[in-house]
Amino acid sequence: MSETVAFPQDRTCPYHPPAAYAPLRETRPLSRVTLFDGRSVWVVTGHAEARALLSDGRLSSDRQNAAFPATTKRFKGLTARRTALLGVDDPEHNTQRRMLIPSFSVKRIAALRPQIQQTVDRLIDGMTAKGAPAELVSAFALPVPSMVICALLGVPYEDHEFFEAKSRQLLRGPELSDVEEARHSLDGYLRDLIGRKRTDPGDGLLDELIAQRLETGQTDVEELVALAVILLIAGHETTANMISLGTFTLLRHPEQLAELRADPSLMSEAVEELMRFLSIADGMLRVATEDIEIGGVTIGADDGVVFSTSVINRDESVFPDPDSLDWHRPTRHHLAFGFGIHQCLGQNLARAEMEIALGSLFARLPGLRLAEEPDRIPFKPGDTIQGMIELPVAW
Amino acid sequence: MVSGMRISIDQGVCIGAGQCALTAPDVFTQDDDGFSELLPGREDGNGSPLVREAARACPVAAISVEDA
Repeated sequence: MSETVAFPQDRTCPYHPPAAYAPLRETRPLSRVTLFDGRSVWVVTGHAEARALLSDGRLSSDRQNAAFPATTKRFKGLTARRTALLGVDDPEHNTQRRMLIPSFSVKRIAALRPQIQQTVDRLIDGMTAKGAPAELVSAFALPVPSMVICALLGVPYEDHEFFEAKSRQLLRGPELSDVEEARHSLDGYLRDLIGRKRTDPGDGLLDELIAQRLETGQTDVEELVALAVILLIAGHETTANMISLGTFTLLRHPEQLAELRADPSLMSEAVEELMRFLSIADGMLRVATEDIEIGGVTIGADDGVVFSTSVINRDESVFPDPDSLDWHRPTRHHLAFGFGIHQCLGQNLARAEMEIALGSLFARLPGLRLAEEPDRIPFKPGDTIQGMIELPVAW
Repeated sequence: MVSGMRISIDQGVCIGAGQCALTAPDVFTQDDDGFSELLPGREDGNGSPLVREAARACPVAAISVEDA
């Protein structure tokens, strides 16, 4: 019996799963990994089993459960405040999600496309006016989703430096106290904003929720604050990473990039494939509330379960030749947005942003290239959402 | 005989992810509340090979497909 793999680990190449996860492919569909605190938990690595388990009501997302696993020191004992949507189970989760579903439908997001395009165009105008080189994360990858989610929610973009910094602190710590302070600051900021909006409404989703749910007594201020925090963070941090890492990955795959440039109609399939290939949210967590038999093993009650999205999305029984970037292979069943009741609420917004951002960037800057040796460009450590820390480019 | 399908959607289970409308847009849409529904006249699946794909893509198995 070999040693148990530690989870999470840093990637060696920003677009491939950590080399040290190789044994997890050999032990599909489930095996064991060791967390930072020495706890041994189940790791799900098979695609079919991941779909089944993410749909299984016996796995809980409740982070206040004492047996809920933590992948880093900074998230251990983080129970002071409930995390809306992704940190709660049904029926509470269902009530929260149903308030938001109409605003993220395929049709509502399609109607936002011209506005997203305008945002993207203005940012590229800014880059070309300034001239090369540029740091793409701060000049483009982060502002695109940040501006879009601000407009959607009705949060003033002029506050972006504050909430972007606090979001980073919330996700990356380094200490538990940093995470708690960031959450406290974001809560305070959104509580104040909601208070101001109650007397001076705007036309964002928060204003809609205030009028239709808060003033009618269907929700309270604290729940609305908790929802707003999640929407604001999930709305910018995740997509920003996909845009930066997606750009880096395409620049490192010149043949595929040339094909995409020649035929922009491939972009929506390319985005799905990039979602699968990059699997930036690697390590969704659950705790079992009852015994579950699956894949020849029994997950016991109170056992921790981690889903290694990067390994699941390279299950060769579903994605032939999984380590190649290939949008001609059917990729739609990737689990990069999760599966089950918690599957990403904003996935259609994210798709639209990625398609427009990547499509316009490569169309408008035909000479786009890395302005630094690829192996010297810093990317995020394995214990957070994957993406580039900086991305120096020229054109 | 080649015939249509019988598609049913459980709106009580639907979470509005939109996978169905994205996968088989000729058959599925979302109502004003964001829940999955069939396009008028497409209750038999319109012969679309993507209907079963859409059912498989649904994260909460809200769509069931039977041969009519």
